[in-house]
This record gives sequence, C-alpha cells and structure tokens, in this order.
Amino acid sequence: MDYEKLERRARLRDRTRKTLVYALLVFWAVLVLFPFYWMLLTSVKSYGSYNSEFIPRLYTLTPTLENYLSAFQAVPLGRYLVNTVVFTLATTALMLVVTVLAAFAFARLNFPGKDLAFTAFLSLMMIPAELVVITNFVTITDLNLRNTFAGLILPSVTSVFYIYLLKENFAQIPDELYYAAKVDGTSDLKYLWKVMIPICQPTIVTVTILKVIECWNSFVWPRLITDDANYFLVSNGIQEIRENGFGRENVPAMMAAVVAISIPLVVLFLIFHKKIMAGVARGGTKG
Amino acid sequence: MKVELQHLTKIFPSRDKKGKDVVAVSDFTFSIPDGELIGLLGPSGCGKSTTLYMLSGLEKPTGGKIFFGDDDVTDLPAENRGVGLVFQNYALYPHLTVEQNIRFPLENRKGVGKLTKAQIAEKVLEAAKLVQIDGLLHRKPSELSGGQQQRVAIARALVKMPKVLLLDEPLSNLDARLRLQTREEIRRIQKKTGITTVFVTHDQEEAMSISDRIVVMCAGVLQQIGKPQEVYDDPVNLFVAKFLGTPPINMFRGRVEGEQLFIGGDAVLRVPGVRDGVVSVGIRPEGFIPEEDGPLLCKLHNVEVMGRDVSIVAENDAAEAPLIRAIIQSDTRLNRQADTVRFRLKPHKVLLFEPETGARLRFGEEERHG
Amino acid sequence: MDNRSWKGWLYLLPALCFLGAFLVYPLMDVFIYSVEEGYNSASQTYFGVGLYNFSYVLHDTYFLQALKNTFILVIITVPLSTGIALLISAALASVRKLRELFQTVFFLPYVTNTLAVGLVFMILFKKTPYSDGLMNLLLGLFGAGPVDFIDGPYWAKMFVLCFYTVWVVMPFKILILTSALASVSQTYYNAARVDGTGRLRMFTKITLPMISPSIFYLVITGFIGAFKAYSDAVALFGTDLNAAGMNTIVGYVYDMLYGNSGGYPSYASAAAIVLFVIVLTITCINLLVSRKHVHYV
Repeated sequence: MDYEKLERRARLRDRTRKTLVYALLVFWAVLVLFPFYWMLLTSVKSYGSYNSEFIPRLYTLTPTLENYLSAFQAVPLGRYLVNTVVFTLATTALMLVVTVLAAFAFARLNFPGKDLAFTAFLSLMMIPAELVVITNFVTITDLNLRNTFAGLILPSVTSVFYIYLLKENFAQIPDELYYAAKVDGTSDLKYLWKVMIPICQPTIVTVTILKVIECWNSFVWPRLITDDANYFLVSNGIQEIRENGFGRENVPAMMAAVVAISIPLVVLFLIFHKKIMAGVARGGTKG
Repeated sequence: MKVELQHLTKIFPSRDKKGKDVVAVSDFTFSIPDGELIGLLGPSGCGKSTTLYMLSGLEKPTGGKIFFGDDDVTDLPAENRGVGLVFQNYALYPHLTVEQNIRFPLENRKGVGKLTKAQIAEKVLEAAKLVQIDGLLHRKPSELSGGQQQRVAIARALVKMPKVLLLDEPLSNLDARLRLQTREEIRRIQKKTGITTVFVTHDQEEAMSISDRIVVMCAGVLQQIGKPQEVYDDPVNLFVAKFLGTPPINMFRGRVEGEQLFIGGDAVLRVPGVRDGVVSVGIRPEGFIPEEDGPLLCKLHNVEVMGRDVSIVAENDAAEAPLIRAIIQSDTRLNRQADTVRFRLKPHKVLLFEPETGARLRFGEEERHG
Repeated sequence: MDNRSWKGWLYLLPALCFLGAFLVYPLMDVFIYSVEEGYNSASQTYFGVGLYNFSYVLHDTYFLQALKNTFILVIITVPLSTGIALLISAALASVRKLRELFQTVFFLPYVTNTLAVGLVFMILFKKTPYSDGLMNLLLGLFGAGPVDFIDGPYWAKMFVLCFYTVWVVMPFKILILTSALASVSQTYYNAARVDGTGRLRMFTKITLPMISPSIFYLVITGFIGAFKAYSDAVALFGTDLNAAGMNTIVGYVYDMLYGNSGGYPSYASAAAIVLFVIVLTITCINLLVSRKHVHYV
C-alpha cells in the first residue's frame, strides 16, 4: 500500500472540504446580514441621492441622519414605539403572573381533577391561533374594546406552551424542599416566591424574553383590533408607513423607521443571545 | 503485526490562552511484538487513552513516530489504518441491529477489497460466533445486557480482521462478576486470532491477569515495561511499586546505617550496598512472617480471616499509613489475643526507594534469594 | 402526600379565565359560526344552519387562489428550508473556529420584525421608474432582463415570497438541527472513522438516523407554519393581497373577517376550519410516514 499517497489525498480532501464549508457559511452569513446592512445604508442616504441612483450603490460617502428626523416627525413613530413598549410590558407581566401561578399549581399542588385538567391544558396547545381569532375579534368588538390597550392585551396574555415549559422546570425541584418549608411553617405562596422562582429563574427569564419577542413583533391581532393610529404597534405602523406614510417614494425615511423599530430587539438579542437561543432550542416556536 | 512507538509525544494546547499546555504523552518509546497482548496501565489522566487514540489515528501525535510492521503510519488517517477499536462505552450504533453493527465496517470497503453480500454475511456470522452472540443478531443494542453489548463491540472490531486491536477500558462498564468472565473471554479470543492487541485499563489486577506484557504510565511518562510478574517483583520506582498489588504495598519511613535497615528503632534487615541515610521502605503484604523473635515490632490491630489467607492488620509508628496489612497463610500459628506482633521480613519483598525522587535503591542481589 | 384541597384551582383560576375566554370558548364558537348561514354581524342574526358557508368559501375564486398560493409555498419552502438548514447545520457542526459567531449571526432573523425586514426585501426586489432595484442589477450581471418581483408576473412574486419565507424560517431550523447534531456523541464518529467510513456514508448512515427525530419535528412544524403563512406576504405585497393575487388561506380568513371585503365571520370561520382540516390531515400523514423512517433511541 502506498501510504504517502493516501496521506496526501486525505490532506487534500480535508482542505477542500474545509474551504467549501467556510465558503458556504460565509455565503449564508452574507445572505442573512445583507438586508440589515441595506436598511442601515439606505436609512443614512439622503432622499435626493437615493432617488438619483438608478444603479443602487453599496456604500455612501455622505451619511445623513435627516431620515430619522422625518421618520419621527412625519409619522408618529415615537407613538408606535411607546405603544409597543406598553403593550409588550403589560402583556409579558400579566403572562408571567398567570403562567407562574398555573405552573405552580400543576407542579406542586395536589387538587381534585388535576390530571384531567393538565391533559386538557396540553391538548389546548394544538389549537391554532387562526381558529380562535375570529370569535376573539367579535368578542372584543362587542365589548367595545377596539382601539384600547385592554383589547390588545387581554387575548394575547396566555401561552399554554410557557405554562408547560415552566411546570416541567418547577417539577424538577425536589419534594424535600417543599416539605422542609412546610415544616418551617412557610405558606405556599411564600415558598413559590422565595424558593421556586429563584431556582427556576433561568427558565423564567427565557420565557420572558420569548414573550417579549413575540409581543414586539405581533402583527395580526393588533391589525384586526386597531384602526386608530393612536393605538398602532410598530408592525402596524410599518405597514401604515409603507402604504401611506411618507408617500411611496421616500424609501430612506421608511428604512430609518425600520431601523428604529428593529434596534430594541436586536440589542436585546445581542445581550441575551445565549439565553434566547437556548430557550428557543428547548422547544420554542415562532409566534 | 509488530507495532512500534518512537518518541511519541502529544501536547494539548490549553483551553484558555493564559493556561499552560498539557503534555498528555511524553517521549514514549516501546515496541509491541507481533501477536502479543499488551496492557497499558496507569491512573486516570496518565495519557494511556491518548496513546491508544494516537495508535488508532484519531489523535495526531505532536511528535514522534508510529510504525505498523515496517510502515510509518504516523500521518495515516484513521480511515486507512485498519485498526479495530473497542470503546469504553462500546459506541454501538443504537439505530442498527447487532448484525448491521457488525456488518458496518465491511460495507465501507471499496474497490479491490469490496466483498459480496454472501462473503459479508459469512464473516459477520463468523465474528458473532467467535464472541458467542450469534443468537442475538437481530436485536438492537438497547435490548442487550452490558456484557452482550461488549461482545458485539468486540465482534465489530474483529470482523474486518484488523492489523491491531485496541481496547479502551473495555471492562469498566461491567459489574464485577461479568468483568472477570469477560476478561478471560478477551484473552481467549486474542489467543485464537493472534491479533496484536493493546488494552487500556486503570485496574492493575485486570492488566496483570491477562497481559503478556504491561506498560505502566504516570502523568504521560512511561514508567516500566515488562511481564506482569517481573514488574510486580522488581518495580523501577515508588510509583510502580505503589500502583501494582492488592492489597497495596506497605510504606514505612526507614533509615540505613552501616548497611543495616532500621524501621523505627528496629534493625529489620541487612541491606548490603546501600549508603547511609533516610529511605522509603516498601514491604509487600506477603513479605511479613510472624515470628516471636522477629525484628519488626508492631501493635496488633485485628486479624481478618479470608479463608485461604489471613490478613493481619497492625500499626507501626514509622508506617506512612495508619494501618499496615500483612497477608499470611491461614495455618500459620498466631496469638490473636496479643497486643503486639513481631515480624521477620522476606528480603526480596522489601523494596527501598530514594525518599525525594522515588527512585529504586537496590541492595545485595546475592542475598535477595537467600 | 400533600393535603389535597381545592386550593390548587385558585392558583389555576387566572389561567382558566384567560384560556376559557380567549381559547376554549372561541374554539367552540368558530364551529357554530361556520354553520350559521347568512350571519349578519350588525344585527347578529342568521337565516339557518347548514354547510352553505363552506360551499361558498370553496367556490370563491379568491379562496381557491389563496389555496393554490399556500400549497405552492408549502411544497417549495418546507423541503427547501429543511434541506438547506441541514446543509448549513452540518457545515456548522464540522468547524470549530468562528462557530459561535456564525451561529449567532444565523439566528438574527428570528428576533427581527417580519414586517420590517419584509419591507427591506421589497425594496431590494422592487422595480420602480427610478431604479430597477438591487436584485435586478444582480440579474443583469447574468444577462437576465429586469423583472418586477413585487408587482410583476406571478412566478416572480411567488419566488420572492418563497425566498423570504425560507429566510425567515431558517434561524429556527438551523438552531434545532445544530443542537441535534451536537447531541450525537463524538464516539460514534470515531468508531466509524476507525472502521474506514467515508464522510458521506457517515452522514447518511449515522448522522441522519440519529437526528431523524429533530428533522421530523422540523418537517411537521414546518408544514404547519407554512400553511399559516400570512405576515410574510403582507410584508412584501401589502395588505391587499387579493389584488396582488398573492393571498394565503390565513390572509383570506382575515380579509373575510375584517378589511376591505370584511364583515363575514361565518365565511372566515369556514375557511379557518378548512385550513385546520388540511393541516390536521398533513400532520397525520407525516406521523404515519415518520413511523418508518424516524429512529427514536
């Protein structure tokens, strides 16, 4: 056997494979990052220079921030952002309270009908949002809650999946801890607050971040339930801007708006990317 | 196939930039005669698995060379090396049946070596029969016991008739009874096939019982190579002496004055040729003979009866461990109620070491067998 | 054991209220809506009970167009995105340098607003009187003529929609597959290498079977997700999807409910149920197929 030839061939194959692999990874990274680059780039091109480029240029030498000014002045972008922050915070906070209490009941307490109730909960996970949105729309309309925060928030609160995720985590805490606390005369609620929540903090943080992302990007429900621009969230705001905001042609201003609404989540992601990715890998789905 | 390692060295770069590089294997040179079973022995982390992985081609050596026969295979990738490797956790493919697992290496062959279906089936059956699992061919690994999985792993390594068979702690996941049985099985299979075999273990008893030769390693450095009995009787240093033998060797602080060895105040043995000074004294448990006027005085702690043998547990102020242990035959006369016991020492079971370096200090060869 | 008491229900109460009001009740209600014929949302009256709503929806050309669009989208994007994700994850798993950086970059689209980035895609693909757009510039390099991907021919619009959909779903798939690949023990690969297994055979005979549960999970969720496509289309083509001829089933449901042609909750319900039945059927088929090809260890 010619060992040297074998060794040479193996080395060559290894190098070729590595090159191809990195080429593929770089290609995909470019594909992912390019839209972000393009929106940043376009947002700092002036209206005049953007429209005079028949062949779009990949860079600009005269960046300007005027588009951001017009984005916040010509349309109520600030209002959209504030609305979204209020909506996101309120929904997430409510969701946390409801989810933690329910997960605690399922994981720790014993009550008649618990198994049946949990099975029923699990089966609710399979219901697609598209089926229930119709009646919810009618309900909220009938309650005269259109164009209110209540109407936006209430139907968005519950997530069966998060209850399930948290319950699984709660259930991993050894029973002995609970009995020890009981012997010391700790109430259930205090035990939940002082022991379970601190122990399961990573999961709670994950659930919170996922819900924040979901809220920040929600589009369908807000679109159904608001037609007053005072209550628009960023997604609807973007759609509004696109359809009759700056006039169809002011692309740089549109891009400035897009950058403005994307930044909060991208910053959140850059800070928490490990937690977010671990959380999603554990079974999160989009929306 | 004869296997030769020359100055084999493996250095792992440290994980973080500040830390030091880890030398897993350092300047390792030895040769394995064709058809022998070699036990690579040492505490965990001593580099024995790394050595095995370098033999298989899964790890690239930092320096040195590996020869199979006359061929330099140092840079040959694992795929082309033609070794059989049995992993510590067996690494059986969980989604394949026993038969598919054993067949897997044969199906990799291309070109000239390619086998027909009938040839493959025949070889699989042959290998399965060799390790006596031919009745389990259609089960999945998860449906087998640990010992059966072990046999499948060996069959998979043997089916391609490897030039060298490598076993990485193959018995560590088995219970005690099965371990005994399987190690004899491995010995039988190795004898029958005559394949040069390297066996990694941290269990000295295991290595001693089945190896033609053992290689003792410590912290990446080769300590001693030899037939099991030779290494046990004549260790080159303190580490080897301490590592081999159950119960372990008893260690004492001793002193040599005028070719006389003292333990505590007792002059226990004449040691011709050793210079005056402090020494570490190792005495094998079987090196004690209880005698009423023996030179070494110990406080008797208790006596454990183990059937064929009796184990005397005693205390001595000069001993490094709180208790020392001597093994004698059960028909030896012994006063068990006494507070003390006196021993005469068998000279060839007494080993002297340099206290700082642990190097062996030899004394009067002619007297050792007297 | 703990003392059994009804106190547990007290903790469940908030969740029960929300779920009951916004999930269970609407679920039952949607079936009632779907069989109420001639429902008038203003007076909340209807003529009778029957399957007319389904018949209307199934004969509505807009619905048929939406159905066709959705099916094309599903058939193209699910295999394509899963395949590419597998390729990229395998590439990621085989490198060590810069791996975490690549992983983070690849996940970025997951946290971005579908509508916002969709707008960027629209700009990139759109042809306006002022400019042909960047995509057409690229096409021009290959000698292909400018195409308006946003307001132009059907296949061009479908291409952009598929492209954007794949771009949007990829982070999730890459993440799931990368963690599945990481969970395959290195010893299996070592064992295979020692036995002289080639790269390709290693991938098909060891890697694929061992991560098959994750692939299967992605295929199922991919089908479900793609059937519910809507926001991506809105982002690219605007809210009036019927006019663009790019509506999806979910888009049809919302349009029936609200919007330019809205005010028909009965039709919307019927369409939603049709969608639900399709998704359920496809999922059942998936489950049946998977029995043969998925290895649970």
